[in-house]
Amino acid sequence: MLNYAASRIVQTVIVLLVISFIAFLLVANIGDPLAALLSADATVNERLELIARLGLDQPIGTRFLHFLTNLLQGDFGLSYRTQDPVAKLIIERMPATVELAFVSLLITIAVGVPAGIYCGVNPTSLFGRFIMLISTAGITLPNFVVGLLLIAVFSVQMGLLPSFGRGDVVRLGFWSTGLLSVSGWRAIILPAATLSTFQVAFIIRMLRTQLMEVGMSEHIRFARARGLSEARIWYVYAIKNTLLPVITMLGLQLGNIIAFSVVTENVFAWPGLGSLFLQSIQAADIPVIAIYLIFVGLVFMVINLVVELLYPLIDARVLRRQS
Amino acid sequence: MTPVVNTPIPTARRSRIANLRRAMLKAPGASLCGLIILAMFIYAFVVPLFSQNPFEFAGMSVLDSFIPPMWMTDGVADFPLGTDDQGRNLFTAMAYGMRTSIIVGFLSVMIGLALGGSLGLIAGFVGGKVDAFIMRLADVQLAYPALLLAMIIDGAARAALGAERSVTTAITIVVLSIGIAFWVQYARTIRSSVMIERDQDYVSAARITGRSNFSIIVLHILPNVMAPVLVIATINLGIAIITEATLSFLGIGIPVTSPSLGTLIRNGNNFLQSGEWWISVWPCLVLVLFVVSVNILGDHLRDVYNPRLKGRS
Repeated sequence: MLNYAASRIVQTVIVLLVISFIAFLLVANIGDPLAALLSADATVNERLELIARLGLDQPIGTRFLHFLTNLLQGDFGLSYRTQDPVAKLIIERMPATVELAFVSLLITIAVGVPAGIYCGVNPTSLFGRFIMLISTAGITLPNFVVGLLLIAVFSVQMGLLPSFGRGDVVRLGFWSTGLLSVSGWRAIILPAATLSTFQVAFIIRMLRTQLMEVGMSEHIRFARARGLSEARIWYVYAIKNTLLPVITMLGLQLGNIIAFSVVTENVFAWPGLGSLFLQSIQAADIPVIAIYLIFVGLVFMVINLVVELLYPLIDARVLRRQS
Repeated sequence: MTPVVNTPIPTARRSRIANLRRAMLKAPGASLCGLIILAMFIYAFVVPLFSQNPFEFAGMSVLDSFIPPMWMTDGVADFPLGTDDQGRNLFTAMAYGMRTSIIVGFLSVMIGLALGGSLGLIAGFVGGKVDAFIMRLADVQLAYPALLLAMIIDGAARAALGAERSVTTAITIVVLSIGIAFWVQYARTIRSSVMIERDQDYVSAARITGRSNFSIIVLHILPNVMAPVLVIATINLGIAIITEATLSFLGIGIPVTSPSLGTLIRNGNNFLQSGEWWISVWPCLVLVLFVVSVNILGDHLRDVYNPRLKGRS
């Protein structure tokens, strides 16, 4: 197990190095930091000073090392657009996105898991088919279309929920939370629902397929032969065996949550990382784009690693297969 | 165990029309989707031939702005689906938008197919270090959702090319970024089929006759591995159109001067709050109808060519 964990960690670190190198190449080759960071009437000395400070006169290997050590020390460079440190921008925007992702994950689990189990246990029932129809729509509808439709119905037509912003936020140290005020919760419902549509639909289909497969396996037939009640068979024996792939998929979906959060945050004017990323793309703000590239890669690889290392806790057979 | 090769089951020779009719009767849902796609193609490519381009000056008229669809009060029969803020006829504007969306979608699938296909062929045929390198590259890319990757490539290209861009450049950037974002799937599929095919007798026979590697790959292996890839390409056409619409909706895709459906929705979004719902809702519906039809047809084709995957999502 230890060997396995160590080799997976090394692999992850190598991939992250590759990603950082690509991000570094972006920063090093695209855009002109001097033009972006110097004022138009800068003197030659200011120019040379900035070149020395950014290390632009060094060979590329040294610059990459410099880039990496800076990253590890939390120095992510300067944004071309606002001239602020990228780290500061990210810390400001992070809470909004984390809360949005968190609430949408709650919705995914609260809606997707029961609906998926229902569909898996009763695949031919009318209601089960109805859920599947809805989930097909959830998979194919583009994220922003879902957001627009929700706004059209719940904000414009019914006037129930706000369609933009975070509501009132409370500051707790560096973290600003919208989850401590009523208007904050009202504001997060529509964006979180939009963000979770794809995940909910995905989990439903996944659970259904898994449960239908498990339902035909030997140990379920055996449990039936022992005369156990249907409820006990499904909810104790069958569901246990579907947990592994479902947890994996939930973990891997995090990447999609990040991608779609860019779209959702734009639709709902949500002041999070996704909006920051979009503004940076529109303004060709390469340092922020590069850091975002590394950040998403890091989140994805770490989640992947954690999910994989947690397997043995859920399913002991995985461990035996490895050794 | 004999390798499983995805070849369509040979059927007795029948006329093409009889074949088509049989296939349509067997899968009414998929054929309905096929008809919808056909109808929308005709709409997107025929309407622009007979109408004034609403994105040129002559196609706009501020006097006619914000007219609701014809069945509502204040609706006018000249504008069956209503008009937008510039007085553009939405019925023709959407045909133009749809045409751009379809062209961009097709081109980006072609780019992805060409790039992923050739890398997959090389990886599968050559094997060894080249294969390992290409496939690790694919693994790294898989850490990113395609949509995000398309945005990053798009942003990098914008930064590299500077602020002054022509419409053609903007469209090329979108096509390339979507194409590059989707190469992995083609590469993986083609690679695994090629690895099966390259050890077949017909390849050895071609090699003995002195064929070059290039001609073996292109003339002998390629035709045998295309079927599953074309199915993926159909499904990806839907995803590519959604990705393009998303990029355009976010304002980093197709410019307003030659809009796609996404650009139209972005424009209509500004008026959603004030009650002019039709400006954004019609392009949304057209987009969804088209993409859902493409997906259902693609799923059906996948089941036909690869029955083992039937019912998987």
